[in-house]
Amino acid sequence: MIQVENLTVRFAGVTPIDDASLDFPGGTCGLIGPNGAGKTTFFNVLSGFVKPAAGSIRAFGEDMLRMADYKRARWGLRRTFQTEQSIENLSVFDNVAMIHEHSGAKRSSRQADVLAAMEFVGLDVSPRAKAGSLGAGERRLLEVARAVVGRPRVVLLDEPAAGLPEEETEHLGGVIQRIPEAFGALTILVDHDMSLVSNCCTTTAVLDFGKVIAIGPTADVLRDERVTNAYLGTEEEV
Amino acid sequence: MTTAPASPERTAPTRALPTLQRGTIVRGGVVVGLLLIALVVLPAISGADWITTYTSVAIYSVAALGFGILYGRVGMISLGQVALLTIGCWVGARVAYATSLPFPVLLLIAGGITCAIGTLVGLPALRLSGLYLALITLMFAGATTVVLSVTDFPNGGGGFTGRSATGALTTSTPPVRRPSWAVGDTAYYRYTVIVCAILFLIALVHVASKPGRAWASIRESEPAALAAGVNITLYKLWAFALASFITGVAGCLLAAQIGVPRAITFQTQDSLTLAATALIGGIYSLWGAIVAGIFNQLLPFLFQAQWNIDPNWLLIIFGAGLLQVLLTAPGGLAQQFPKDMANLARLIARGARRLGGGGRKPTG
Repeated sequence: MIQVENLTVRFAGVTPIDDASLDFPGGTCGLIGPNGAGKTTFFNVLSGFVKPAAGSIRAFGEDMLRMADYKRARWGLRRTFQTEQSIENLSVFDNVAMIHEHSGAKRSSRQADVLAAMEFVGLDVSPRAKAGSLGAGERRLLEVARAVVGRPRVVLLDEPAAGLPEEETEHLGGVIQRIPEAFGALTILVDHDMSLVSNCCTTTAVLDFGKVIAIGPTADVLRDERVTNAYLGTEEEV
Repeated sequence: MTTAPASPERTAPTRALPTLQRGTIVRGGVVVGLLLIALVVLPAISGADWITTYTSVAIYSVAALGFGILYGRVGMISLGQVALLTIGCWVGARVAYATSLPFPVLLLIAGGITCAIGTLVGLPALRLSGLYLALITLMFAGATTVVLSVTDFPNGGGGFTGRSATGALTTSTPPVRRPSWAVGDTAYYRYTVIVCAILFLIALVHVASKPGRAWASIRESEPAALAAGVNITLYKLWAFALASFITGVAGCLLAAQIGVPRAITFQTQDSLTLAATALIGGIYSLWGAIVAGIFNQLLPFLFQAQWNIDPNWLLIIFGAGLLQVLLTAPGGLAQQFPKDMANLARLIARGARRLGGGGRKPTG
């Protein structure tokens, strides 16, 4: 459970997140909104890359904003980036193992956990293969494997299916959907692919210009008039 | 931990990681073989001046290794590595004259003090990168040269600098001592090779384990490393500490190798030459550091002592070589040479097959 209260982020003159309050109850949650709505900024606040001007974020009772950035991974925060960030000259195994060894999980379980994470995402390549030799789809799966290894509590996925063909997106959607059940982690999915979001997410929140304009069961939210207006760019009535 | 639901291909991952791979064994065999050649064969077939050159090759390989760890593994460029070697050399000489500690202890003291200084020099790397870090470390190398030109190396005198004016520039200066069982040049060469092999092993263990993976993630992307829980400050300083430690130990070896080190022989530009040769050798592989040591020390010896050519020409050759490597083989000779050899072998095999009338496995 993540509770965000009155979160405001300001960069010189711009307010990418404007007094946002929302709760992510658990399971896989969607976070959608037009470009520039503040979705990635929200992830960056959670990761500690951006210091908010005001507000608080509590995750499972823990005050996230008071935690040192590099300690958040050990606490159980995982994330992926819009551009995939696997380490090209390390092997697939080492790519996942390096997350595990900074997660505080037991060393003795490393090999089993890493291989289990690879299997969970359906990454069927040799663990010894260099990440640089993988195809785009396999790299996306590798990133998700990195995000779920070593007792994650919150998994943030920033457009994990960007650039993937439909078939691979579908497979990835199935994987994302199973994360909360398999690892007990609250998963937040940012994506522009509405069919992916509606397939994976039970709850979805919508941001527009840094404000929360809707939150609730995904099907209801996607039917919400304000949401379609935000996406279609219809002017709001004053 | 809850694991993935069992699937029919459950057997797939378990075949994955045999503890010792054949490649590892072959590589280990090659290393042991080369080490034996270096320890037994080379001293037997080489003259005295060659042996002292080999000693320098081993020492400068370690300095190049330090550069390779910082730049090749973590992505931090340091142009002050020869300055650190000089500091290790100075500390080694100073402590050797002041105490009668066993030689391995001298090595550790020189390594430790150089490690502390090198880590301090690495502090700006927490904020700076690229050109700015290169500039700062080069300025450090320049500063070391300036300070050294004033204090010069210890020669057995008293005080902090350990230098007595009367002993300076005379032949009466006692040389920095060597280990009691490795006083002769050949024995000291073997001693140096063994110590350097241990330093390479220490580096290898780092690169192949947790710090190596953390460094690789920092090099790839600092935000992603941070999100992965890597303490970037710690691991960057750790890299500087390791690189400075091995360079400091190598510096102490150098002190006893030279016997009477002189400030005038260490120049700021040596750090640049080291960086160039390290890049030519290859910064992503430990072999590259050895190639760099050979380029840095053996070539000047060949030019000067064997062929009577001014070794300053080497600066131009290194420059051209660096350009060539950066444009065509960014992995350096250590990665390019095996590829070239494989291509050559394929060419020969194809030629032989043609000559042999299409036989599948030509023998000649």
